[in-house]
Amino acid sequence: MNGRPLLDWTWIVEHLDDMAFRTAQHLWLAGIAVAAGFVISFALALAIRRIPNLYGPITGIAGVLYTIPGLGLFAALVPITGLTTLTAVIPLTLYTLLIFVRNMVAGFEAVPRDVLEAADGMGFTPGRRLRAIELPLAIPLIVTALRLASVSTIGLVMIVSLIGDNFGGLGLFIKEGIQTFFPTKIYVGAVLSLVLAFLADAVFVGIERALTPWARARAQSVRGAA
Amino acid sequence: MDAFAAGFAWLADPAHWTGPDGIPTRLLEHVSISASSVLIACLIAIPIGLWIGHTGRWAFVAINLANVGRAVPSYAVMAIILPISLSFSPEYGLALIPTFSAMVLLAIPPILVNAYAALREVDRDLIESARGMGMRELQVLRRVELPIGLPILVGGIRTAAVQVVATATLGAVFGYGGLGRYLIDGIARRQFDRLTAGVMLVAGLALMTELGIALLQRRLTSAGLRAGQTTGRPYRGMAETPAAPVQPV
Repeated sequence: MNGRPLLDWTWIVEHLDDMAFRTAQHLWLAGIAVAAGFVISFALALAIRRIPNLYGPITGIAGVLYTIPGLGLFAALVPITGLTTLTAVIPLTLYTLLIFVRNMVAGFEAVPRDVLEAADGMGFTPGRRLRAIELPLAIPLIVTALRLASVSTIGLVMIVSLIGDNFGGLGLFIKEGIQTFFPTKIYVGAVLSLVLAFLADAVFVGIERALTPWARARAQSVRGAA
Repeated sequence: MDAFAAGFAWLADPAHWTGPDGIPTRLLEHVSISASSVLIACLIAIPIGLWIGHTGRWAFVAINLANVGRAVPSYAVMAIILPISLSFSPEYGLALIPTFSAMVLLAIPPILVNAYAALREVDRDLIESARGMGMRELQVLRRVELPIGLPILVGGIRTAAVQVVATATLGAVFGYGGLGRYLIDGIARRQFDRLTAGVMLVAGLALMTELGIALLQRRLTSAGLRAGQTTGRPYRGMAETPAAPVQPV
């Protein structure tokens, strides 16, 4: 990398469409994985709510999966699923499970007992209680989980390109940059992924605020009292 | 299951246990970079976390910075540092500096947030009574807040250490050794037994880290808190340590 400037602006301007394309690929992979992880975890969290004894085993397995290095899990799937989208999406999804299940269960747990009893006393069916009481109250933790899962998945997608070029994503810029000793490519990949992660973080913080107007009202009244 | 068998066979081969690419060497490289980066992260994050937890000052800024730090992909950090460190030091710039700095950055947020949360979780009444008994601020910190908060603080180190052990694997992409070598070389040479063995070694090391620190955490929970857990006294739950990173405030 000696002798070359750290940033080659002409290259950047000439490759804006490449950047857009790979950013889209990156978001696409992360999006599928987070969506799939959300749905699976929601089902698991509902099952745990019904059978609390499942919590230990489910988070235990998810925890063990979490310790497997991403690179290894991607590579281990190549002989089975080939270089398809599945190879990328399965590990990404598995990694989100721990984050989602823990937060969703914590979200349901955070609903005060007397609120549940009041709902039961008012004749809510279990389904309606879930929809009208428990879910809204669990939203802050569920959105937090979405935020953590999205951000960590965006980071993990960076690694996918090490398995095969055809997955694309922003990590491919870094890989090519290292192979060709071209720092500009490394920076483009790294900086775009940082921006993507921060944006995802900010978007979910915004959603969390919008969905929980009472939290802001409470914070203000507490501040006013003090 | 064939993959597992192949991985085990690779591990069992005595030839893979010697030399510069042998398992002991790679393991030592992996453990040393993980341990040293977690240690440095502790030295940076614990004092800051304890200070903001004790005084309550700057908490908003520090916790939000830590959360932003959590969003940073380690792979990107290594990549960003690489060209710069290479121009400074051709010797260490390629592998060691990018890996080490990224691991320290990765470990700081969970340790800092948990150190802060460890003190925030302590019952305000306890702190008031400690002050009422005439303890000075440092005594309150050392004799009341730290013993009660210690399990949560160690929980942060646990999260950080497991993440670092798993992520240090990526150092191999940038030329560092460690167990990640087996993954990168396994992929490059299409040797899936080497790859599987590497995966098993990293996952095993991460699990051992998790279990080892969890055990330490249990031993560090003061007897009073443990008793409180079983008898349902008001301090219940305090000793329960968040295995997941503590949620942002």
